Amino acid sequence: MEKKTVYSLMVVVALIATVSLLQMCKPQAPSSVTGGDAAIKAYVPPGKYDEFYNIVSGGFNGQMSVYGLPSGRLFRIIPVFSQFPENGWGYSEETKPMLNTSHGFIPWDDLHHIALSTTKGEHDGRWAFGNANNTPRVARVDLKTFKTVEILELPNSGGNHSSPFITENTEYVVAGTRFSVPVGDKTDVPISTFKENFKGYISFISVDPANGKMKIAFQLKTPGVSFDLSRAGKGPSHGWFFFSCYNTEQAYTLLEVNASQKDKDFIMAVNWKKAEEYIAAGKGQKVKTKYAHNTWDESTHTGVSNIMDEVLQLDPAELKDIIYFIPCPKSPHGCDTDPTGEYIVGSGKLAALIPVFSFTKIQQAIANKEFEGEFAGIPVIKYEAALHGEVKKPGLGPLHTEFDANGNAYTSFFVSSEIVKWNVKSLQVLDRVPTYYSIGHLSVPGGPTTKPHGKYVVAYNKITKDRYLPTGPELTQSAQLYDISGDKMKLILDFPTTGEPHYAESIPASLIMPNSTKIYKLEENKHPYAALGESNAKVERKGNQVHVYMTAIRSHLTPDNIEGVKLGDEVYFHITNLEQDWDVPHGFAVKGAANAEILIMPGETCTLKWKPLSTGVFPFYCTDFCSALHQEMQGYIRISAPGSNVPLKFSTGKIEEAVAGAAQ
Amino acid sequence: MKAISVLLCLTLLMGCAQPAKDASTSTEAATPEGGGQSSVNDDVSQMDVVKIAVNSKDHTTLVAALKAAEYVDALSNAGPFTVFAPTNAAFDKLPKGTVETLTQPENKDKLRTILEYHVFVGVLTENMIRDGMTLNQVSLDNVTLHNQGGKLSVNNANILGSARGSNGIVYIIDEVLLPPDKK
Repeated sequence: MEKKTVYSLMVVVALIATVSLLQMCKPQAPSSVTGGDAAIKAYVPPGKYDEFYNIVSGGFNGQMSVYGLPSGRLFRIIPVFSQFPENGWGYSEETKPMLNTSHGFIPWDDLHHIALSTTKGEHDGRWAFGNANNTPRVARVDLKTFKTVEILELPNSGGNHSSPFITENTEYVVAGTRFSVPVGDKTDVPISTFKENFKGYISFISVDPANGKMKIAFQLKTPGVSFDLSRAGKGPSHGWFFFSCYNTEQAYTLLEVNASQKDKDFIMAVNWKKAEEYIAAGKGQKVKTKYAHNTWDESTHTGVSNIMDEVLQLDPAELKDIIYFIPCPKSPHGCDTDPTGEYIVGSGKLAALIPVFSFTKIQQAIANKEFEGEFAGIPVIKYEAALHGEVKKPGLGPLHTEFDANGNAYTSFFVSSEIVKWNVKSLQVLDRVPTYYSIGHLSVPGGPTTKPHGKYVVAYNKITKDRYLPTGPELTQSAQLYDISGDKMKLILDFPTTGEPHYAESIPASLIMPNSTKIYKLEENKHPYAALGESNAKVERKGNQVHVYMTAIRSHLTPDNIEGVKLGDEVYFHITNLEQDWDVPHGFAVKGAANAEILIMPGETCTLKWKPLSTGVFPFYCTDFCSALHQEMQGYIRISAPGSNVPLKFSTGKIEEAVAGAAQ
Repeated sequence: MKAISVLLCLTLLMGCAQPAKDASTSTEAATPEGGGQSSVNDDVSQMDVVKIAVNSKDHTTLVAALKAAEYVDALSNAGPFTVFAPTNAAFDKLPKGTVETLTQPENKDKLRTILEYHVFVGVLTENMIRDGMTLNQVSLDNVTLHNQGGKLSVNNANILGSARGSNGIVYIIDEVLLPPDKK
């Protein structure tokens, strides 16, 4: 009991200290935990570059964001699934088709995970993929332009969470549904018929190695469970894919209780090379469906949306050796393959241990038919037969695991709010550090590849509370950077992040920087409404549509006086930025625009549609500060009454005689 | 706990209007064990499940056990939790010396397993308790709940009352729940 007394004393001291502090000063820093050399480790001097690009999902903002590591500086927000009035993504006529779906125009989504393209299991710096969790889609961002260049919708999916994880050579991007749903002809069914009518579908999206173009190669019809996360095999396990599944209880209400009844759910192992064999043998079934495939054409600076009507499906309950279930405690969340491809780490988010499965043992178990039974017609491998071993008492609520190049794993623990470092082979816990607070995903540069770059682990936390100056009930999200170069992990930086980061990846700057696009070449601009030079600027009427072929260059817009437009007309401002100079975008905005402004990159053409609602003269101007005469970069458009006889005319720099009378 | 006290004392000594130089001195003085969510200053929000226990005079043994197991921060986090909280009297029913032994550092894993057996990740409110239902606890063992005409119990322990916290629900029970022997 002596111990207790000591504790009580300490609590009293702490309380007194706290109370005194509260009275003495308002802004109080949370407990600090950094070492003395932390600042220098995270410090990137002015004018110097970060070592890594950190590509971070934006969660509910539907975007990706780009930070530097180790500085934590935010470089860019890339609009993906959500409209972005800041630059006109999803508002300009060219970008609207990118957000088209079989449900029509969907202007937002929930982007959870990033996958950077790989070749031979290593980062190749070409593309970043992102998933839409809500209206199931996968997007591809070109890392030369940091622009979303493709969005593919996924039919037969309730919510695309288990995505967009990729195979070793980016042969496939996968998409597994978090919500099983009834599909096909029988969709209007009682929710209580879940077991009978609800199905989960896994889509394998092929990626053209030449240009990145995506296509749904095939879908696997799987039992009605929830697919959470996934990772491809690599090295010896290349050809396989591993998915975590929860709600194997097949509950359809109050999952908080009903989906955590069993002490084990499953990891689903998919032999996708076997699936390819079945397809080659004609075992696939073409099924009618409807989904959008949207692609961006860089030469026309325009997105095109096509509605597709068919997918190829395989039924693993009939084609027996495509998938196997492996029991995994308990509501597994992360399902991560180590750099050697031999070990698969299942993180039961409600469990207090981490099972590590062995690919070799899984193969042996399949060969020896060491099954404990079947689940919905799929064989279930015996837990012990697949198990390499368990990490005992690692922490509470393991979520995700990343790896370094030295055989160590780093697992995030949500419930106990910490990162735990452990050795993959020996399963020994080596180190643990708290995170502030309640970590979700974590990321080691190159962590999911065959050659992790190591050096850092970033914690993406779910709760911020007192880490920063408060900003009311809603706080910025909080990421933390830890140095992992030594035996012990060391916290070196807190940095705020935009949206709600889920998964993120980091890639050496040297793989991205040399390829970064500086300008779009004007001579390659094939936009049908481009004005490639001021002499090509014009205004054309087509019925009630008025098309303005406008140019922008420091520091004027051509034309900058437009008359003869009538109430009831729809005006399309097609702005071509004639600059051929890096980092000189122009903006365009017109008074009363009900959509957004647009930013036009050098050499690009963008279109803003505007429907005037009253007669009068409306100013338009450049919104992106471009030169000392940016403030002069403006113009007027006159809107006349529907029956007026004002002729259509346009000019820049033309001084007219002043005329009396408003009717001219 | 110690680290927090030391840090707070240091901060106090240095006063509030510290220039950046002092701040870096204080960070150097801090140990890697920073304050977890339990040390966030917030007397406005609803109490979490730990604060509920801390504020109960009948749960001092449980709180001491949570501290010895270093589970105070975990249960201050987002949860959600259902915590079965044995009273001091419940702990007193254990053989003499049990609590003292369990709270020794070398028995931390054992203590943690017992405490984990008292926690379910998820909020199970009274109206959701059906007679005979099982919950798989953090320790990965099941408890069985009983609801006999509104009289609630878990395993052999009676549920004496409940308190709703910000990150879960606390059921006060009159027995310590012991996980099944796995040997």
